[in-house]
Amino acid sequence: MQIQIKGVRVVDPGNIEGIRDISIKDGLFEAVSEPGQLPEVAKDANDVKVIDGQGLIAVPGLIDVHVHLREPGQEYKETIETGLKAAAAGGITAVCAMPNTKPVNDNAQVTAFILSQAKKANASRVYPVGAISRNLEGEKLNDIADMKKAGIRAVTDDGMPVTDSQLMRRTLEYCKSLGLPVLVHAEDKRLADGGSMNEGLPATVMGIKGIPNAAESVMVMRDIALAELTGARVHFCHMSTAQSIEAIRAAKAKGLPVTCETAPHYFTLTDADMPAYDTNFKMNPPLRSDKDRAAIIEGLTDGTIDMIATDHAPHAEDEKQVEFDLAAFGIVGLETSLGLSLALVAQGHLTLAQLVQKMAKAPADLMGINNDIVPGNPADLTLINMDAGWIVDPNSFVSKGRNTPFAGRRLTGAAVLTIVDGRIVYAIDC
Amino acid sequence: MRFEKKDILDIDSLTREEITYILDTARGMKEISQRAVKKVPTLRGKTIVLFFQEPSTRTKISFELAGKRLSADTVSISKSSSSIVKGETLRDTVRTLESMKPDIIVMRHSSSGAASQVAKWVQCSVINAGDGTHAHPSQALLDMMTIQEEKGGFEGLKVSIVGDISHSRVARSNIVGLSRMGAHVTICAPGTMIPVGIEHMGCTVARDMDACVADADVVMMLRIQKERQGGSLLFPSEREYAALYGLNQTRLALAAKDALIMHPGPLNRGVEISTLVADGEQSVILDQVTNGVALRMALFYLVAGGSRNADSN
Repeated sequence: MQIQIKGVRVVDPGNIEGIRDISIKDGLFEAVSEPGQLPEVAKDANDVKVIDGQGLIAVPGLIDVHVHLREPGQEYKETIETGLKAAAAGGITAVCAMPNTKPVNDNAQVTAFILSQAKKANASRVYPVGAISRNLEGEKLNDIADMKKAGIRAVTDDGMPVTDSQLMRRTLEYCKSLGLPVLVHAEDKRLADGGSMNEGLPATVMGIKGIPNAAESVMVMRDIALAELTGARVHFCHMSTAQSIEAIRAAKAKGLPVTCETAPHYFTLTDADMPAYDTNFKMNPPLRSDKDRAAIIEGLTDGTIDMIATDHAPHAEDEKQVEFDLAAFGIVGLETSLGLSLALVAQGHLTLAQLVQKMAKAPADLMGINNDIVPGNPADLTLINMDAGWIVDPNSFVSKGRNTPFAGRRLTGAAVLTIVDGRIVYAIDC
Repeated sequence: MRFEKKDILDIDSLTREEITYILDTARGMKEISQRAVKKVPTLRGKTIVLFFQEPSTRTKISFELAGKRLSADTVSISKSSSSIVKGETLRDTVRTLESMKPDIIVMRHSSSGAASQVAKWVQCSVINAGDGTHAHPSQALLDMMTIQEEKGGFEGLKVSIVGDISHSRVARSNIVGLSRMGAHVTICAPGTMIPVGIEHMGCTVARDMDACVADADVVMMLRIQKERQGGSLLFPSEREYAALYGLNQTRLALAAKDALIMHPGPLNRGVEISTLVADGEQSVILDQVTNGVALRMALFYLVAGGSRNADSN
């Protein structure tokens, strides 16, 4: 199979910015050249697809470093196949799969299972993320090197954050020697105290127990201190508060090895946007105040926030159609991430190159891979139509999850072609 | 005026005119409970389901008597006797109830927003009898009815509310309702019981109990909800709470001479309120209970279409 994309504007920060012809063959980028330089292919060749890239943008395949694929164990919410096809439909060529499956990805067998299911799915890639502790219980380190051999790219206990500071210290030291980043879901569960939304006026009015900003920021501050102590790479997941961003900005100024991500809902929505008791607006961390939303955008603009990830968390409808405090946390994001993030470019908060940095290059760096569009690299590529207007319709999602707060929202910009390993895994007419 | 609301979910969704209309209607209902034969045929043939998922004595009996005095058929289910213990979801439970064609569902639930959600899931009227820490509209309305009876109105009245505001649906509904009717509401509690942003809901936060009670026309004490205290670190001991935030005769002397003492019950005597104050001349605690039946009769009458029918006749 050979693919030629002609006359496309390539945005690959640090590598290429300009109009190019791209040739893809046998899973790899074969050639990237000035327009008109590619050798003509035979018109009747069956296994060659030539795409007119005029007016479109080609970027290195987008990587979402925070996704819940739910398989094994909760296939009614999402399977590896539906999740990876949803990623492809959203222009995302690789996702990091969080370990809170049933059973937990805390051993090499589960890691191998995830990779083998992903291969069968024939869609986007998966980078499994292993659990730090046995069954996410926060007590005993897993055989992390064994899981690394099986294919994990990072470790985390995600939603069951490591409370024991000594265990966290040892995790960081151990993973530093293995060259694996540690992903931190920063939350002090005692401070969160079973809350269901941001602590603030909307929660007070609705009588919903609030989660204070400090539930997140105290753990960010602790783990910055541990990054300094150990010199290990710490990556903070789905940052939502002004205080966290402030702490990470200071840590970076000090030269500490910390990075972080935020999710589209944190720079798009606030707790005041939630219709009363709408469980599709319930996620953890929760939607914060407008002040926090502004701080997240500022962090994206000044580079404190390195990347955008979705925290894609599909749930079945009957897990959301219940009392607000009993409803499952989480929203889907794979198919709305690019459209929502392109709004940052339209609003002038980021250049397109900066957005590509945050959705493709920085995530690749965290995963320890190089996804530059250069001959010889695996051909993972997203082709974007910046002008495509569309309306979010959960019923048309590829994901099994319909739980989104963005239903009915008008977005501009969408992936029109997604290529993984030189294979077209998603395409709309272009 | 015609009362068009199908549901009574919280005070915030009621206008000043609607609140006044409910109170006027309730005043007319009060006389029925004083008759020898305490029954009128107004809601004959109507069915009211009392769905109480949380323990309640006075509110449930109050609603039940209100329905019976209007000749409605009332049935009640509680959490332990319902399919909830078998794992049925709230949505399934209320849709099942609705299939038996009730006219009104009165519901109490431990989750904030439950009544609002149910109102979207069913066609019949829903009256919120208390949802989590969100709202308890019938309680606030009966409190307003009692204040109006004694004080003649609300404009400029100084109302103090003392206690666990954070966990109180009664406080939230009263703050919204009384401020909407023109009263000045001041609240007081230890910092652990003051929710973020409460001052934007229509009240001021006093620095201590003496300042809160000073010159008050109404002092409303909230129950310390011992059942919600488990491990939540809201105050060190009942003794210390009573010393700082209990209403006793010394503190009561700071209020206006004719200040009303109110409490939604049940009382924790010696904790938030001393026995002498609770049983004293200024206490209207039992009048609140009496008015509760009349007020709930008014709510049934109005959501069942009473005023709409009256207008069309």
